Amino acid sequence: MQVGKLSKYLAGGAIWGFIVLELIFFSVAGEFFSVSDKAFMDADNMLLLLKQSAPIGIIAMGMTIVMVNGNIDLSVGAIYAICAIILLDSMTWTMFAGLGNWVIPVAWCLALLTGLVLGAINGLIVWKTGVDAFIVTLGSMLGYRGLVFMYNGEQPTSHLNWTLVDFAEAQFLGLHTATWFLLVVTVAIWFLMNRTVHGRNAYAIGNNREAAVNAGIRVGPHMMINFMIIGFLAALSAVVFYSESGSVNPNDGQLYELWVITAVVLGGTKLTGGAGSIVSTFGGVIAIQLLRKGLAHIGADTSTVNLVIGLILIAVLFLDRQLNVKGKEELKV
Amino acid sequence: MAESTKQDIGKLLAKQGILIAFALFIIGFTIANPKFLTLDNFENVVRSSAILGVMALGVTFVVISGNLDLSVGSMMSFSTIVVLDLHDKLGPTLAIPAMFAMTLCLGALIGFLVGYLKLNSLIVTLGMLSAIHGLTLTYSGGKNMDIADKEGTWFAIFGQGNILGIQTPILIFIALAALLGIILAKTPFGRKVYAVGGNGTAATFSGIRRARVVFLCYIMSALCVATAGLIQASRSMGSQNTVGQGLELEVLAAVILGGASLLGGSGTIFKTVIGVLILGFIQNGLLLVGLDFSVQYVVTWIIIILAVWLDIAAKRGKLMSPIA
Repeated sequence: MQVGKLSKYLAGGAIWGFIVLELIFFSVAGEFFSVSDKAFMDADNMLLLLKQSAPIGIIAMGMTIVMVNGNIDLSVGAIYAICAIILLDSMTWTMFAGLGNWVIPVAWCLALLTGLVLGAINGLIVWKTGVDAFIVTLGSMLGYRGLVFMYNGEQPTSHLNWTLVDFAEAQFLGLHTATWFLLVVTVAIWFLMNRTVHGRNAYAIGNNREAAVNAGIRVGPHMMINFMIIGFLAALSAVVFYSESGSVNPNDGQLYELWVITAVVLGGTKLTGGAGSIVSTFGGVIAIQLLRKGLAHIGADTSTVNLVIGLILIAVLFLDRQLNVKGKEELKV
Repeated sequence: MAESTKQDIGKLLAKQGILIAFALFIIGFTIANPKFLTLDNFENVVRSSAILGVMALGVTFVVISGNLDLSVGSMMSFSTIVVLDLHDKLGPTLAIPAMFAMTLCLGALIGFLVGYLKLNSLIVTLGMLSAIHGLTLTYSGGKNMDIADKEGTWFAIFGQGNILGIQTPILIFIALAALLGIILAKTPFGRKVYAVGGNGTAATFSGIRRARVVFLCYIMSALCVATAGLIQASRSMGSQNTVGQGLELEVLAAVILGGASLLGGSGTIFKTVIGVLILGFIQNGLLLVGLDFSVQYVVTWIIIILAVWLDIAAKRGKLMSPIA
């Protein structure tokens, strides 16, 4: 019992311990290797880190629910790109020409609605056909990316609205707009998962679908709602990021699904469903961003970042297995 | 009686739906553009699908054993870059075996992690996707690799040459498909792969060394990836670091389209070849009809989902899912 508690505590707190280790390592290593004379633990640097983790972080919150529910969504990167294009392009449509700056909320709503609909399509297919979510979203990852290319060929879509850029670059109480979005989404999804019936049911379905059916939970609608949430959040992430950057390439968002899944798995969410926590996912998101930033700080290039993140992901999986009581059912997709 | 005939037809449709749809596609494309159904075009399609196809052969083993391999794309970039680099340093005769050895080492590492340490294959290969990409970039320093003397080497034979009038990539694809098809269908090892994927616990109890089988599946996959990298390198004689990026999912799409279940235990090499060809022909047909390449993504999406849906529907005997 004691051992079990200890390992559970270790497993739950591991991500935060890892973050502390990273901070110490990069602060010390930064003294010797850094090309800049600023300390790594600089307040501005940390604020920037939070801001930069927002695009992945916002989607990761949605991915946590979907994975807790026992599904997976590989199409988030493509949804992200479509919504970004809708956001930027709709601001130039002639039918909105008379709106002035009121075009911003309209464009936002359109982009978010697109995300919601694309997520709903995924969810509906998973629900009605019974095809595994991995295959459905693998397919729609290709299909949605095709829609992106159909929309504007291989041309980038650009539109800068300075009011929007000012809003995205603003700082409120010291935090950037993107950071606020990340925090609000984290709190909202935490509330959804821990304080609502929908959240409880999501855990129940992921843990044991048959038992959930027998308990009278309607599995299908819950799954569909979760896919709609992740679609919405992928759109929100695009809205937050592209409000500032103002230009989207048709290849943007590619491999986002992999980054997001890495963050969620680092946070300890099980692929089999039924277990996972929003707070730990938040930790996973921060840990990854810290690693990217820290390695850049000590002068490593992207290749090292990729290498290290890949190895850490495997190491975490291994440790997680060792820490958890053996004899539990094996992880299997 | 009539009722049962109707059911039989339904079952047939569901079971062979993908082939029927494929036949309809071919008829449609041929009417739209007579060039579609020519031997030249056929050769064209097979050659351009050969790289994807060779990779899909290896992944079929992994998928049948109940695992996934998402690292094949970046592993292919790795082997392409390595063989191009070593070609100028050691010469082609040494570069090719050296590249195969290095790629097999990566495959062995994945096989060890998934087979012997029993870690989740999705995450391990996801991690390796990123790690191998990093390794490739470190190896090449981020630069493109090119063979300096493109004329004075026989290295081009694997991608551009032809033997007895058939292009080498096609020959390699056919030979490898035949070899792996026989291994999977006719040898004890092949039987064990199905057993492990179908029911791992039962396989273990019947004395099959599960870890070793899974390990060997990843070795097979790495072998195919190295071959694909060789064809790619020899075809283009120069390469970017990201040449295989995204291929892992297309490969998986082809394998699934061929009817292999992600849960393991089902699928054949022949079906995978069909899956690869379907993807290749649709891609080619849509281009010949004059549609943009982006349409092919959307069509692939619809076809994958329909194929798997029909397959599942045939198994459960109902079209719609029973999920409430």
